[in-house]
Amino acid sequence: MESTVIKTVDYNAYFGDNRVVKDVNISIPKNHVIAVMGPSGCGKTTFLRGINRMHELIPHAKADGKIFLHNEDVMQMHPIFVRLKIGMVFQRPNPFPNLSIYDNVIAGYKLNGIKLQRADKDKIVEEALTKVALWNEVKDSLRKKGTFLSGGQQQRLCIARAVAMLPEVLLFDEPTSALDPISTSTVEELFHELKKNYTLIIVTHNMQQAARVSDRTAFFYMGELVEYDDIKKMFTNPKDNRTQNYITGRFS
Amino acid sequence: MNALLKYRIAKSKTLHVLTSVLAFACVLPLMAILSFIIKAGITKINWHFLVNIPKPVGEAGGGIANALLGTLIIIAVAAAIAIPVGILCGVYLSENKNSRLANWSRLCVDILQGVPSIVIGIVAYFWLVKPLGGFSAFSGSVALAMMMLPIVIRSTEETLKLLPDSLKEAAFALGTPFHRVILKVIIPCGISGILSGVMLSVARVAGETAPLLFTAFGNPYLSANITKPMQSLPLLIFNYATSPYNDWHDLAWGASFILLVFVLLLNISTKLMTKKWKVQL
Amino acid sequence: MDSTTIINDTLNLSDISREVIGIVKTPVITGSKLKRLYKQIRSESIFKKLLVIVAVAMVILVAGILFTLIVESIPSIKALGIKYLWGKTWDPVQDIYGAYPFLLGTLLTSFLAILISVPFSIAIAVFLGEYYPKGWLTEFLKNTVELIAAVPSVIYGFWGLAVLVPLVRSFEIKIGVDAVGVGIFSSALILAIMIIPYAASLGRSVIQMVPSSLKEGAYSLGATRWEVIRHIILPYTKSGLFAGILLSLGRALGETMAVTMVIGNTSIIPKNIFAPGNTMASVIANEFTEADKPVYLSALIELGLVLFLLTVVINMIGRRIIKKFTND
Repeated sequence: MESTVIKTVDYNAYFGDNRVVKDVNISIPKNHVIAVMGPSGCGKTTFLRGINRMHELIPHAKADGKIFLHNEDVMQMHPIFVRLKIGMVFQRPNPFPNLSIYDNVIAGYKLNGIKLQRADKDKIVEEALTKVALWNEVKDSLRKKGTFLSGGQQQRLCIARAVAMLPEVLLFDEPTSALDPISTSTVEELFHELKKNYTLIIVTHNMQQAARVSDRTAFFYMGELVEYDDIKKMFTNPKDNRTQNYITGRFS
Repeated sequence: MNALLKYRIAKSKTLHVLTSVLAFACVLPLMAILSFIIKAGITKINWHFLVNIPKPVGEAGGGIANALLGTLIIIAVAAAIAIPVGILCGVYLSENKNSRLANWSRLCVDILQGVPSIVIGIVAYFWLVKPLGGFSAFSGSVALAMMMLPIVIRSTEETLKLLPDSLKEAAFALGTPFHRVILKVIIPCGISGILSGVMLSVARVAGETAPLLFTAFGNPYLSANITKPMQSLPLLIFNYATSPYNDWHDLAWGASFILLVFVLLLNISTKLMTKKWKVQL
Repeated sequence: MDSTTIINDTLNLSDISREVIGIVKTPVITGSKLKRLYKQIRSESIFKKLLVIVAVAMVILVAGILFTLIVESIPSIKALGIKYLWGKTWDPVQDIYGAYPFLLGTLLTSFLAILISVPFSIAIAVFLGEYYPKGWLTEFLKNTVELIAAVPSVIYGFWGLAVLVPLVRSFEIKIGVDAVGVGIFSSALILAIMIIPYAASLGRSVIQMVPSSLKEGAYSLGATRWEVIRHIILPYTKSGLFAGILLSLGRALGETMAVTMVIGNTSIIPKNIFAPGNTMASVIANEFTEADKPVYLSALIELGLVLFLLTVVINMIGRRIIKKFTND
């Protein structure tokens, strides 16, 4: 029996009075890659941002229900703890423009005021960059600003920044939509490596990507979790009409 | 080409030239002022002038050391008050764009910016000079700080508003608490804009005289005690320029030269620095 | 003492459950680091409160300025009443206080200064906004305008006293009025130079906001450059240009030092624009520290109150117009 890392119970998210995520119940197993897909405006990104409590940073945004990380309810925890345990990578690469590559990787420690020995820092930076297959490319220019890297490299730097905090779960919000095809495939290969140590939840609007990278796929439509299954089953034999319509391209 | 068209084109060209001439006419008074102050002031400047205090009427020589020191102290104290308060208020306004408090606060900052400097002087007199029982450099600093605040707040708010939200999100997603997101990410990324506001505000108040008339008051002797009256460059210029003595006029010209150079250097270095420090987004 | 007790003892954060601590224990975040994290949460809420306090302080500051001016004006309002504002004589020795000479002086100098400076500031705005938005000549002019705003007013005053006043005096001899040099006219000249940057820089930015489609439409109908400026740009930007002039006016009304040094400082109503006079700001600057009677001092503060209200209203109208212009 695989262990569950994240489990939501009747999770709802709102913008003002507008309910954009409706009663979502989902269990996410450890060391898997879960793709979350659906047409734009279906609430998939809001759901993802709800998991690490980023949703509530938007004015007038609310959420209710339960999200369990192992056995603890994320909704009852302080957001800072949640975000330390559940890392996030965004649609557009967003390295800190005022920090070097090196400092970007350990930004999580710096920003939280955690003092580290020089040797520990070096170790963390090298490990994180190795995990995202960026070490060989940047090891000679660690003191350069992160913004000098290419888009794909910047995105991997952002993944390294999240990985360096040793989170349990990594959330990706359409992580390749701003990247070229080659960078996209590099990042996708990375997912297979990363899932050995982490649990990955990836929002994507690209069905092929979901098929390529995910172990399971959650299909969202109008704020509801319509179907959640093995990606192959979902493609060959969707249980719900709406899923059928989506994968055959009847709405996008 | 018919005559009307010719006339229209000629008119257009004439007005183009006229506009250019009028526009560049403003260079003349500035040049006149700069050249006059430099000519009248630079000959007075020497080591003796910088390290001595003014001599009584009738005695030649003397310097403006008391005013130089006083200006530096008064401005430093004013900056120490205005910079942190101004940056924090700017942060509040950019973080809470539409809250009721933000709108009120913004309105008050706008009002404060337009308050005549002499009125600031009156208010500082009643808030500090009268209760504390005497003129003091500190009350002058508070008056100047009130004039610096709107500039610092405005430039901070405008700069931070332009930073992309993704920057803040990246920091929050790493579990960073709000105050560290602001202090370690947002402010460092907007530092060039904030700094230029700070420097411009210093440049602006360095030459202010009116708020100091009833606060710092002036002092013919060297003093570093901020609870006592203190001389400053603009006060010295005003008092000596309007006096009937030629020796004092000379001192005032020298002081004008130094004040002008200080203010212009601040303005120019603000420009150069902001270009160099700009964070690439 | 283990971390559970530390948290429960030192902090009272109800929304953090006991179980959370199990979660937080990771290879990197334990023990003292955990304690630091809790401190961070506390600092976070202190910081948020601090921001609110500072924002509230701005409101209190401005309310306090108004309050102080009103309270300190009360003796004068009580003793002199509303007729104070148009009383024609100001003679503290005889205890006669009338603000009319200073109101007149302020309005005369300010409007004269606006009249003189507007052609120049509009020309600069058109030049920078339309004719040459880029290039070294533009940079030069822009920097010049900025430096005009940067020169301290006491230096304008000193220069005015030493250079401008003698020039005005010889001009006055030529046209045959009392040749004093100092007076309303000299003040207006100095003010005109000082306020050019305000209307010019705002004018430039509103002219740059004119949509190019509008201008191209006119050009395509065969309009000349001037006709585009006259019939498209100026009508489109007139409210913005007006707002710039208002901001200049607000600056001129409150300007103290330069005016004090060249206006001649007499409380007699000026007979013509070459006569010496006093403005509200200059009389405060000159007499505030000499005012030995409570009513005298209070009358000066009432002038400050009038000046404050006048500039605030003018600035607010100017800002309203700008906001409306940029939103449209």
